[in-house]
Amino acid sequence: MALKHIGLAAALLASTMLGTVPARADGTVKVGVLQSLSGTMAISEVPLEDAELLAISQLNAKGGVLGKQIVPVEEDGASDPSTFAQKATKLLQEDKVVTVFGGWTSSSRKAMLPVFQRLHGLLWYPVQFEGNECSPNIMYSGAQPNQQALPALTWAEQKGYKKIFLIGSDYVYPRTANLILKKHIAHDGLTLSGEEYVPLGGTDFSSIVAEIQKAGPDIIINTLNGDSNVSFFKQMAAAGLTPDKLPVMSFSIAEPEAKAMGPSLLAGSYTSWNYYQSLPGQTNADFVAAYKAKYGADSVVDDPMVHGYVDVEEWAAAVTKAGTFDPKAVRNAAVALGFEDSPLGSVKFAPNLSMVQTGYIGELQPDGQFKIIWTSPGPITPQPYDALTFPGKSCVAHTAF
Amino acid sequence: MQESAFLLGQVFNGVSVASLFVLAALGLALSFGLMRVINMAHGEMLMLGGYLAYMTLSVVPGPLGILVALPVAFLGAALLGAVLEFAVIHRLSARPLDTLLATWGVSLVLQQAARNLFGAIGVQVIAPTWLNHTVTLHSGPFSGLDLPFTRLFILLVAAIVLGAIALLLNKTRLGLYVRAVNQDRPVAAAMGVNARLVDLLVFSLGTGVAGLAGVILALLGPVTPTVGQSYIVPAFLVVILGGLGSLVGTTIASLIIGLFTALIEIFVDVSVAQVLLLVFVIVFIQFRPQGVITVRSRALEG
Repeated sequence: MALKHIGLAAALLASTMLGTVPARADGTVKVGVLQSLSGTMAISEVPLEDAELLAISQLNAKGGVLGKQIVPVEEDGASDPSTFAQKATKLLQEDKVVTVFGGWTSSSRKAMLPVFQRLHGLLWYPVQFEGNECSPNIMYSGAQPNQQALPALTWAEQKGYKKIFLIGSDYVYPRTANLILKKHIAHDGLTLSGEEYVPLGGTDFSSIVAEIQKAGPDIIINTLNGDSNVSFFKQMAAAGLTPDKLPVMSFSIAEPEAKAMGPSLLAGSYTSWNYYQSLPGQTNADFVAAYKAKYGADSVVDDPMVHGYVDVEEWAAAVTKAGTFDPKAVRNAAVALGFEDSPLGSVKFAPNLSMVQTGYIGELQPDGQFKIIWTSPGPITPQPYDALTFPGKSCVAHTAF
Repeated sequence: MQESAFLLGQVFNGVSVASLFVLAALGLALSFGLMRVINMAHGEMLMLGGYLAYMTLSVVPGPLGILVALPVAFLGAALLGAVLEFAVIHRLSARPLDTLLATWGVSLVLQQAARNLFGAIGVQVIAPTWLNHTVTLHSGPFSGLDLPFTRLFILLVAAIVLGAIALLLNKTRLGLYVRAVNQDRPVAAAMGVNARLVDLLVFSLGTGVAGLAGVILALLGPVTPTVGQSYIVPAFLVVILGGLGSLVGTTIASLIIGLFTALIEIFVDVSVAQVLLLVFVIVFIQFRPQGVITVRSRALEG
C-alpha cells in the first residue's frame, strides 16, 4: 500500500517536472560559456568571460533573441585542454546549449574542435592565434597571423627597421608566428638578426640580452607570454636597453598586462592588435562605459575581451537573420550578415569563418593606455594559411558541418 | 661587440645566475644537511621575500628602499621559517616522506594566501635608478663588455651572504654546535648541545637567506604567487649536485650550473639548454652520486 503511494508520488513528481521543463524552455534558450575560471589562464579568461556575460545581459535587457531570454551555462575549463573537451561535450549533450563561447589557448581549441565537429555544435573563439586551422564548426574572431603579426612587420618596414630579432615563449603560437615572419622577412629583403625561445614561465634572460646586444637589431618582435615579459623587460632595462633605445613590438601584451606589469617598465614599447581601449567611436565608448559600470571604474578592456563581446553580438544578429537557433543556419547567416558596427569598428565574418577586421599598432603611454600610431589601410581579409609559408593550402567557404 | 667580450659576458652572466642559485639553494642545503628535511615550501620563502620587498618599497620609497628591504625580507622569512619548523617540521622529524608532503601542503597554502592577499597577477618591484646603470668597458681585449649594476649588486649580496654564513659556521660558538650536530646528533646532544635549538636556528637562517634571494629576484622579474616554483627545481639540482649539506659544494654546484647554462646558450636556445643541463646533472650523478663535495656525517650515513 505504502509502496503504491510512493510510486504514485513519484509519477506525480515526474509529470510536474515534465510539465515545467518545456514551459521554461519556451521563454529561454541556453548558450555555453566555457573559459578557464581556475588555473594559470584564469587571469586572462575571467575578464573575457565577464565581457561575454556583459553582452548576454545587454541582449536580455533588450528583450533577448527571437523573443527568448538567453541563459548562459558557465563551465570551468580549468586551464586544461582535456577539461575543455569534456566540458564542451557536457554543454552540447547534457545542457543542450545552442552555441558555445569560449577557449583561449590553442591547445584548448584543438581539444574542443573534434567535439564540436562530432556533435555538430558551433564554437565562437575570441583570441588571436597562429592560423593553420579551418574548421566548419568554429567562428575564429581573433586575429589570424596576417591580421596581427604581418601588419606589425609592415609597420616596422615602413619605419625603416631592417634588422629584426625574434624572441618568444617555446610553444606553438610563437613558433608558428615566427615561421611566418621569417618567410616574410626573407621575402621582403630584411635581415633576421636572431631568433630565441624560452620555456613558458622562463625568468632568466641574461644570455638572450647578451645575444641581442651582440646582434644589434633595429627592433625586437616579442611573442613571450605572461610573466616572462616582466623578466625580459626588467633585464633589458638593467642592461640599458629600454624601449626608447631599442624598440620592442609585443604580440601578447594588452591593456591588462600593461597595467599589471607597471606601465613605467613598458612605456614606449609597441603592440599590434585589432582593438585598443583608446579606439575612437561611440560604440566603443558605450562598451567601455558599460564594462566599467559593471566591473569597476579602474578595470580595463583588451582585444580578446572585445572579441568575446562581439562574438555574442554577432551570434545574436545571425540568429535574428536566420530566424532559428540551428548552429549551421546561424553560421551561414553570420557570414551573410556583412559589415556590422562594433567596438572594434566595422567587422564581418569572411566565408572562411574568420573575422575581417582592421589592424592597429599602439604605443604604450605612461598611463597604461595605448596611443594608436598606425592603422591598416582598411579592414584586412583573414588568411588562415599564409601563402608564403604554407603554399597550396587554403581555407574555402564551408557549406556543411 | 667583440667575440671575446661576448664570451666573457656570458661567463659573467653565468656567475650572476650562479649567485642567484646559491642564494636560492643555500637554505635547502643547510636544512637538508642538518635535519634531513626536504622543504618543499622553500620556494615560497623566496616568494615571501619578494612580497616583503614590495611592501617595504611602498613604505620606504626612494633609492635606499631596496637596502631596507633586504633585512626586512631576511627577518620576515626567517620568522616564518621558525614558525614552520616549530609547528610542522619538528613534529615530523625522522619522517622524511611526511615532511615532504606536509611542506608541499604548506607551499600550496602560502601560494593561495599570496593570491588572495595580493591578487593572482602579481606585483612589481621597480629597481631603484642607481641600479639601472651599466659599466661598459671601452678599451682592452674585452671592449664592449657590459656589466649591469643590477647583476653586480646581486653578486655582491651573494658574496656577503656566503661569507657571513661561512664565518658563522666556522668561527662562532653556534657554528661549532651546528657542525657538531651535523656530524653526530646523539653525541652532540649528549655533550650538552641543544640540538633542538640548533635545528630551529639553522632552519630559520636557511629560510631567511631564501627571503633575501626573493628580494634579488624581484629586481630581475615579477613577484607572483608562483614565483618560487620556477626556482625550486634549479635549487634542488644545486643541492643534489653540490653534495647534500655542504656550503662549498653548494657554491661550486651553483657555479657549474650557472656557467654550463650560460655557455651552452651561446650555441642552443634556452629550452634546449635546460634539457642539456638536466642530462648533464643525470650523467654527473651517475659517476659521482655523492655530489661535488662529500660531507662525512653520521646523520647522512643513517
